Parts: sequence; C-alpha cells; structure tokens
Amino acid sequence: MADYLNLQGWLLALLQTALFVTAAPLLVGWLRLLKARLQNRRAPALTQPYRDLSKLFRKEVIVADTASPLFRAAPYIVFSATVVTAAVIPLIAVHLPTAAIADVIVLVGFLALARFFLALAGLDVGTAFGGMGSSREMTIASLGEPAMLMAIFTLTMTAQSTNLSHAIDFLLAQGLVLRPSFMFALLALLLVAVAETGRIPVDNPTTHLELTMVHEAMILEYSGRHLALMEWAAQLKLMIYGVLIANIFFPWGIAAELTPTALLLGLAVIVLKLMLLCAVLAVAETALAKMRLFRVPGFLNLAFLFALLGMLSHVILEVGA
Amino acid sequence: MALQLIAYAVVMSLLSALVGLGASRYRALLRLACFPLLGLSGLAAAAGGLLVLTGTAVAAQLPLGLPWLPWSVRADALSGFILLLIGVVVFAVAVFGPGYVREFQHGRHSLAALGVFTGLFVAGMQLVVIADDAFMFMVAWELMSLSSYFLVAFQHENAPNRRAAFLYLLMAHVGGLAILLGYGVLAAFGGGFGFDVLRAAELPPLWAGVAFALAFFGFGMKAGLVPLHAWLPEAHPVAPSHISALMSGVMLKVAVYGFVRVTFDLIGTIQVSWGVIVLLVGSASALLGVLYAMQQSDIKRLLAYSSIENIGVIFMALGLAMIFLAAGQPLLGSLGLIAALYHALNHALFKSLLFLGAGAVIQQTHQHSLEHMGGLLKRLPYTGTFFLIGCISIASLPPFNGFVSEWLTLQAALQGVVLESGVLRIVIPVAAAMLALTAALGAMLFVRLYGIAFLGQPRTRQSRQARLPSRGMRAAQALLALLCLLLGVTPAIVIDVMGAIPQALGGLPEPGITGQGWLWLTPVAPAVASYSAPLVLLGLGLAWGLFYLLLHGPRQKRVRRIHAWDCGFGPLSPRMQYTAASFSMPVRRIFQPVWLLDERVERITDARSQRLTGLRHQLQVGDRSWAVLYEPIGRWVLAAARRVARLQSGNIRTYLSYSFFTLLFLLWLIT
Repeated sequence: MADYLNLQGWLLALLQTALFVTAAPLLVGWLRLLKARLQNRRAPALTQPYRDLSKLFRKEVIVADTASPLFRAAPYIVFSATVVTAAVIPLIAVHLPTAAIADVIVLVGFLALARFFLALAGLDVGTAFGGMGSSREMTIASLGEPAMLMAIFTLTMTAQSTNLSHAIDFLLAQGLVLRPSFMFALLALLLVAVAETGRIPVDNPTTHLELTMVHEAMILEYSGRHLALMEWAAQLKLMIYGVLIANIFFPWGIAAELTPTALLLGLAVIVLKLMLLCAVLAVAETALAKMRLFRVPGFLNLAFLFALLGMLSHVILEVGA
Repeated sequence: MALQLIAYAVVMSLLSALVGLGASRYRALLRLACFPLLGLSGLAAAAGGLLVLTGTAVAAQLPLGLPWLPWSVRADALSGFILLLIGVVVFAVAVFGPGYVREFQHGRHSLAALGVFTGLFVAGMQLVVIADDAFMFMVAWELMSLSSYFLVAFQHENAPNRRAAFLYLLMAHVGGLAILLGYGVLAAFGGGFGFDVLRAAELPPLWAGVAFALAFFGFGMKAGLVPLHAWLPEAHPVAPSHISALMSGVMLKVAVYGFVRVTFDLIGTIQVSWGVIVLLVGSASALLGVLYAMQQSDIKRLLAYSSIENIGVIFMALGLAMIFLAAGQPLLGSLGLIAALYHALNHALFKSLLFLGAGAVIQQTHQHSLEHMGGLLKRLPYTGTFFLIGCISIASLPPFNGFVSEWLTLQAALQGVVLESGVLRIVIPVAAAMLALTAALGAMLFVRLYGIAFLGQPRTRQSRQARLPSRGMRAAQALLALLCLLLGVTPAIVIDVMGAIPQALGGLPEPGITGQGWLWLTPVAPAVASYSAPLVLLGLGLAWGLFYLLLHGPRQKRVRRIHAWDCGFGPLSPRMQYTAASFSMPVRRIFQPVWLLDERVERITDARSQRLTGLRHQLQVGDRSWAVLYEPIGRWVLAAARRVARLQSGNIRTYLSYSFFTLLFLLWLIT
C-alpha cells in the first residue's frame, strides 16, 4: 500500500486501462478474421468492430415505451463495471497501483455486477426474449462462477495471495515448474471462459435464433449508443478472460519493472499470447457445434470437476512437498 | 451513560407496550404513541450500543428476580454491537410502522395486540443481549419467543396463519428447552447461574461437547439452520411486514448472538470437530436456503428462505472461526468472527430493507405473489430504487455491503492452508466453493425477484394502479438503503470499531484488517489480499461519468421512445413476459432432486371443436425436510401418545386404583 501515491504508477495504470479498453474490439476483429479464414469465407477487415461501434454511437437511440429508467442506466453500469475490471488486471506490467484496489475475488464480483444489470435490463422491457436470455444467462453464470473461483483458489493457494499482481510475481519468481494442479485449473478456466463470454458451444454470438440465443436475447431491445456500450462491454469481457488465462498460466514476459524496454517487451508478449489464444478459440469454434441448453450444465460440471481435481492435487501433491 | 441509555431503551419499549394496551379503544394511539416510543427506544439502544462498543463494558444488578438469584446485566463489546444492530432496525421499523398500519386501522384486527406485543418483543430482544446470567437470559428469551408468537398469529382468522404460529411456538420451545439444558450442563460444573461463574467452569471435553451440541441445536433452531428451519418460511411471512423485518432482520441475529456468547465466551475452549460441524451445517443451510428461495413465488416467503441462506453464510464464517481457534490460529479466528458479525449486521440492514419494501408493495397492490406484480419501479419509484439497493447488497455485489462480508469470509476460507490436517485443507476450500455457488445463485434469485416484480409490465390491475406509499415508509427504506451503501463503501471504519469484539470474547487478538487506514481492507497482510471499496466506487463513477459525457455531446440526438418490436403481430401483452416460475425453470431442472416438485400442465380444450384453447400450469414446491424429519417425528409422538392414552380408560375406579398403587409405591420408597 505504501506506493499507492506514486504518480507515475497511476499514469501507467491509466494508460494500460485505456489500452485494454481500446484494444478489445481489435481482439474480436482478429478472432473473426481467423474464423472466416478457417471456414473458407472472405474475412472482414480487422478494424470492422471499430466501424460497427462508431456507427452505433452515431445512430439514434430508440427506447421502448415500457422501459423503466433502469433500462437506460444499465449500459453505463455494465460498461463501467467491465472497465473497472479491466483496470485491475495486469496487462503488460505487474505492480501498478490499481492492482491493490481489488483482488481476484473482487474482480469476479465486478463481472457479477455487470451481469446482474445486464440480466435486469433483459427483463425490463417485458418481452419474452429478454426474460429468456436473462434466465439462461444467470443459470449459466451461477454454475460457472463456483468453478471459476475454485480454479482461482488453486492459484491463490499456491501463490498465497489473492492479489493478481503478487500472484503473478510469485509464479515468475518460481520459474518454470510443472504443477498438475495448474493443468486442471487451466482446463477449468478455459471451459468457464467459453461459457461466460458466450462463445460456441455454449452460446453463439452471431445468432438471433430465438431458441438458442442467450446474450443476444438480453440486449435485443437496445439500439444506438446503448447497444454500442453493451457490445463493447462484451468484447472487453472476452479480452478480460483472455488476459487472465494468458497472464496467470503463462506469465512469462510481463513487465516486472517499469522501464520502457520491459514495458514494450510486455506489450509485444501479451499481443502474441492473445493472438495464440484466439487461434485456439477460433479452431474450437469452427470444429464444434453449439450444444443444447440443457447440455450446458454438464459442460460446466466438467469445469467444476477439473477445478476440484486441481484443488485436490494441489492439497495432496504440492503442499509441503 | 451507556448503561442509562440501554435502560432507557428497555423502558421505552416496555412503555410502548403499555401504551399499546389503550389502542383497542383509541386506535390512533398505536400510530401516535407506540411507534414514536419504539423509535426512541431504538435510538437509545443504538446510542448505548455504540458507546459500549467504542468504550468499556458496563454492568449492573437489577432489583428483580429471585431473592437468592438477582438478575444481573452486563454489556460488553459483543452485546453493544448487537444492541446497535437492534436499535437501528427498530428505529427504521418505528419510522415505517405508522404508515404501514393504516391498513389495519379499520379492520377487525386487534391493534392493542400489535402494540403490546411489538413493544414486549423489542424489550425481550434487548434484554437477551444484556443478560449476564442464565436465569435472566432464559426469561428474556422466552419473552421474545412468546411475544413474537402473538405477532405471527396476528391475522389469526386464516387457518394457515394459526398453523404457522403453532409450529413457531412449538419449535421455539423445543429450541428453548435445548438452550436451558445447555445452560444446565454449564451450571452443573460451574455451581451457579451467573455468566462469570459459567465462564470459569472447567468442563471435561465430553460434557463440553454436550453443552455445545445443546446450544447449537437450540440457537440453530431459532436461527433457522437446515434441517431445523421448517418453521421459518411459515412464520416470518404471515406476520405483518414490519414484524417480519424485525424477526428476520433482528431476532435471527439475537440467536446468532446467543450462539457466539455460549460457544466463544462461556464454553471457551473450542474443539475442531465442532467447527467442522458448524461449517458443514452452515454450508448446507446456505445452499438449500437459496435453492428453496429460488422456487418461491410469494415475495415474503422468498425473503424468508433467503434469510436461511444468509444465516448459513454467517454460520459458515463462525465455523471457520471455530476451526482456526481450535487449531491455535487466533488471528484467523478473529477474522472469521468479524466476517460473521459483519455479515450479521449487513443482513439485518438489507433484509429489513427488503421486508419493508415488500410490505410497501403488498400494501399498495394487495398481492403476495410475484406472478401478479410487474412494472412496479415506474409506479413506486422510491420503493423500487431502495429495493434495488437492497437486492444488490444481498446479492453480494461490489461496492455494497453484502460483498464485503462475503469477501472476508472467502479470505478466511483461503487461509485454510495453514492447518495441519489434510482433510480440513480440502473441506474448507470446497466449502468456499459452496459459498461461491450460493452467492451466484443468490444473484440469480434477486434478479428474478426484482426483474419480475419491479420491471417489465404490470401483470394485474392492482399492480398497474399501485400508488406511492406514505412518506414515513419511504424514509425508513431510504435510511436502511443509505446504511447499506455506507457499510459497503467504508467498511474499514466499521470494522475498525468492531475490533473490540474479539477482545471481549476471551481476549482474542484484533485481526488487523484495517491496518492500512480507512481506504483499505487488508485481512492477513497487504500482500495477501486487499480491497478498497472507496476507490472502487470512485473508479466506477469515473468510468460512468467519462463515457456519459463523451456520449452526450452537443451533437447527440435525442432518445426516441416507441413501442417495443412485436414482430408485426400487434401489441405485446403482459402475459407474454417471462414469469417467476419460468425464470427459475432451468435451475429447477438442474437441481431437481432438491425439492418435492408437483408440476402439472393441464390442457384446456374447447368442448365442441376439440381445439386447444389454453394451458394451465400448476407448480407446488414442497420442502423435503418435512418428509424426512418432521413428519416421522410427528407420527412417532402421536403413536407414543396413543400408547400412553391407554392408561386413560375414563373409569373413575381405575384412576382411584392408580392413586392407591402410587401411594403404596411411595410409602415403600420412603420406608
């Protein structure tokens, strides 16, 4: 806590957050490009998500007359909760002052706050689709959250800190150690990330088919800048999970001290890591079909099982060994 | 000073009960005198409690009780904390009450009963907390239980209410009996009834275990732990809403107080196995409570089941504290204790807020079922906003207060690695995962409650015509909502004050959560975990403000409001919305074995054309604990009674011969 009045640190943290927020659409663009190539389609430009967002920001906002004030506040709440989440995650450097504000449990709490308002907004207009989306989203989230926390607990028990920055620091200092618990935790977190960010096989971000949509159903009534904020928040969430997985399980390369060379290296490394992760996701999304809604609990139970195995192998194999 | 304030508090609530007697003749007396007196009592209790919490313990002897057993009172930091909690909620209820009881003003209900027993109920709770001997504790405890029985039975013209009240009375007394026996075990070894004597008693481990089990059973029953919870969702919803707020918000905390007092203070030396039991029972209560709440459609019943969930969370934290204390980790033990008590305070605030909100909704719409509500946020904007704050708080989302206590509990659980035992090292993280599941389901539960009741379109005429509740009712909710926010944003200040509580319980160390100033919560050590709620709120506000300004520049077009897209089929009707039952359907399918479900779909066909004209969906959700626990016990008791009843032939000669043989037996005994 002693260094939280460090001005340079705060500036860097703000820059990192701005980078995080502005780069999120690019990540989605890259993912779409990869998927299009894999599916033998002509790919949209890498910057297409930015064009979509700016188009939406300029459009007129239409709000249903049955909507309450909560409907108009929700996009701002969802977006700012997601931005604050992004602000506390180490992207290119550890030991920034923002990291101490919230640890990894609070981070899960921010995502839950965003989801809470997203689901309420889905119920607000009073159409059938919105309620359907909210109900499904909250069900999936309530099964995914324990698996995610369990996987994270495995990490924090190893590093003896729930502070992400300290935990990553600890892992860097340990060097390359193969931990069975981390394998399981990684698998669990990958499955949860797919479910939470609404990717195939749990949800399909490009569908508007009534029977299958989850996330899209909740934001169906939004338009203009409200829709843009909701979309941007979803893109940001994808990037948040990507960075979490990349920097927790493969922390090498992140800037441990705040020198220009280390920061540049950190930036290059995280870009590389995210590009690779997106490639994995694109392959998975191309190879798999979307599953039925009531198969999703089984999918998430598998994630929970992996997380539990990770925890058990940590307690049995690694503590005291 | 503190002692006088507490005495004023008790006297005021007793006075309120006395004035209430007149309310049967002068019906306005309830609004004009009873509630103001109750409010003063609440203020005095809160002030007295705060003084004790920040100052030193106070004690006195009352000129009451038996000649050789005078009643003694003592308020230490723990009592002060609970008194503060009682005082705040009682004050809010007293502000809310006058507007709310208008509903009963012209009915046939006895307003005198409401006034008298509310006063006695509050006095009973205040006395339990300051009692310093087992005798006075039990008298106050019974005063609290009995007077609340009459409040549960207030609207006794409905048979289900009478049944709920009887069940409540029965369970309260089985629990009370267990507590009495628990004190009996302690007193047998201590040789007296004063708490100082009981504290000094040296118990062999087996008898200590017996005393703990009795106390856990008795207080757990009052607190509504699974599987002893069956009375709670029956009794809490049928009382008037401001009484439900007192029962769920405060009375359950008095039970938590009793458990902490007996286990941490009087018994003192805690065994690891007790902590594990408390942790497991707490986890089961939390998970089952939230799952049962998820399937309720009655708004107050839903809130009552959610109380079971929160009590479960409190007992999980207490269980962690007990495990750490027994394993020789007093610092972590204090951390768990603070987490539990902070959650108790938080739950008192947001659950009272939600029950008062439910009361306002029911008063305006005369509907209890979520399926008949909808669109209330537009019609009751104040109640709707405050209710939303309550929902966010109870769903444990940052930056509100429920999140802080949950975070502290998780932090305590994550320190389980310091324990020697491998089994405990596994059990505790799994319990933490249960807590995470409970929290996630809790968020879903309150999306369901708020989304169905307050958002969307009104489902009935009554909901469409709901009007603003009175000013006092709104003020009470505003106060509680503000406190929820304050406790969420400045937890370090509150927890700093609470640091005196572990000290008072056998000299446990202060957990040092607030070692880095008022901005930070740092349990264990700053490097291990830190959370700064004020900075989080600042960050959220900055991000919101920045993007709001960016998007509302001078060139921005106005928002156009039109009807929602209806696929070209004509206007959307409220019946097309998702209902409460359909919202929780996926959960019902996933966790199916948890409930006793009776789900029927009836097809309504036109008699002549055989065409399907409608569907009727019926859903009954039964509590499994009845079939597993209560009904077998009930059957067993009835069978035993039938056996005993064979003695009663109704023949006077048989009875005389019983007396004769008894006399002979007694004579033989004394010779």
